[in-house]
Amino acid sequence: MADDADLNILPLDGLHRRLGARMVAFAGYAMPIQYDGIIAEHLWTRESAGLFDVSHMGQLLVEGDGAADWLESLAPGDFKALQPHRVRYSLLLADDGGILDDLMVTNTGRSFYLVVNGATKAADIAHMQARLPAGISLHHMDDHALLALQGPAAVTVMSRFDLTPETIDQPAFADLKFMAGARWLWNGVPLGITRSGYTGEDGYEISVPAAHAEALAEALLAHAEVKPIGLGARDSLRLEAGLPLYGHDLSPEITPVEADLSFAISKRRKAEGGFPGAARVLDQLFNGAPRKRVGLAVAGRMPAREGASVWKGERQIGVLTSGGFAPSLGAPIAMAMIETDMAADGTAVEIDVRGKRIAATVVPMPFKQKNYVREGEKK
Amino acid sequence: MSRLYTQDHEWVDVAGDVATVGITDYAQGQLGDVVFVDLPEAGRAVTKGGEAAVVESVKAASDVYAPVSGTVTEANPALTDDPALVNMAPEGDGWFFKLTLSDASELDGLMDKAAYDAFIASL
Repeated sequence: MADDADLNILPLDGLHRRLGARMVAFAGYAMPIQYDGIIAEHLWTRESAGLFDVSHMGQLLVEGDGAADWLESLAPGDFKALQPHRVRYSLLLADDGGILDDLMVTNTGRSFYLVVNGATKAADIAHMQARLPAGISLHHMDDHALLALQGPAAVTVMSRFDLTPETIDQPAFADLKFMAGARWLWNGVPLGITRSGYTGEDGYEISVPAAHAEALAEALLAHAEVKPIGLGARDSLRLEAGLPLYGHDLSPEITPVEADLSFAISKRRKAEGGFPGAARVLDQLFNGAPRKRVGLAVAGRMPAREGASVWKGERQIGVLTSGGFAPSLGAPIAMAMIETDMAADGTAVEIDVRGKRIAATVVPMPFKQKNYVREGEKK
Repeated sequence: MSRLYTQDHEWVDVAGDVATVGITDYAQGQLGDVVFVDLPEAGRAVTKGGEAAVVESVKAASDVYAPVSGTVTEANPALTDDPALVNMAPEGDGWFFKLTLSDASELDGLMDKAAYDAFIASL
């Protein structure tokens, strides 16, 4: 790749190249887009387990008295009620309620561990630093890599690892539930593991000191169930799962209600407000928003891509924010931001693809049933 | 007449005034899994270097250009049901379309196999 010199290199760069990855520029990093091929990698993740390097994402630690209150001034989650070792999906909001980023927040018991998007992490950190009160610290864990092990075999594979709880106040690894996390020692290496992901499958995200990232990745790949998966399949997997991608389906011009992410506004925050843009966001929540993120099932086989216009008769009603081919469905699917009046499930619309009108139908998401193993479920 | 190639990674076979057009093995490897090919209809006039087809991989849509000018006579019907033919047999059963040449002299600027191989080795 000619522009390698301008790109940041991630801890697993050498491993990716040895595994035959095709490397591309993404979020300022050289990253693997694919190894064997996107469709094969996508299907492997759905039936076995895929290993993703997501070390470009930002890992942040927020610590200090009042950290939960401060986070509640930035995002609409109920962080004061977030129990130790529990994980919540949340949204960093601008003062007008527009989405600056989406993120995962884990209460470690001593601090809050945040995972933010790679392309937005510098802006997120600047946004948070500018609002940081005395007594609270914000630490960027840029000496850590982040791996994701996703798929139905992920639990079996991880159960073979000898993981010792770092502290006695945390769950045993075997008891780690969906959207929970804690820290374990693996051969003396501290790992922060959450049971979460971005594929619609059961699995884990593992924070590991950069110096040990390659050893951990090799140890995971040594299991026959695990293959390396690139960013291409990560995108097709998350699209099938109905999960939005920041910079595409989410942006500062889009509010949580428009993004159909109202679940990320906790019950207490809906009643109390007090988060950025609360007046506008809560007005949309209770009285309706002009537009909404929806899923579209696209007729035929031709994929419709981000940016394509969505029509009802002679009137444009929205635009595609993501779109592509769904390998597990064998058909094209898309997400679009469209007028709320046209957003009901079953509404027939058309997409303009290179001047041709393609039929599409508003459908509920996820497109592909999620395989999460939630608390209380046996699987 | 032997196969000729463009710098945009199309190939063209010429028999009389009929040319068959496809994309090269190198091109399909760069695209990855092909899931759809938007082919020109018979009767459409295409010009050398102009858009003639669109090949859709999982991740992106890519234009395919006409290596020479002419009128499309047939699109490969097999690609409708099995677009992955472009990955499996790009320079055989995965051909895109046929056209009648309007100006045979346009072939002069295209590369032969040795020149194309040297070209992709330099990329």
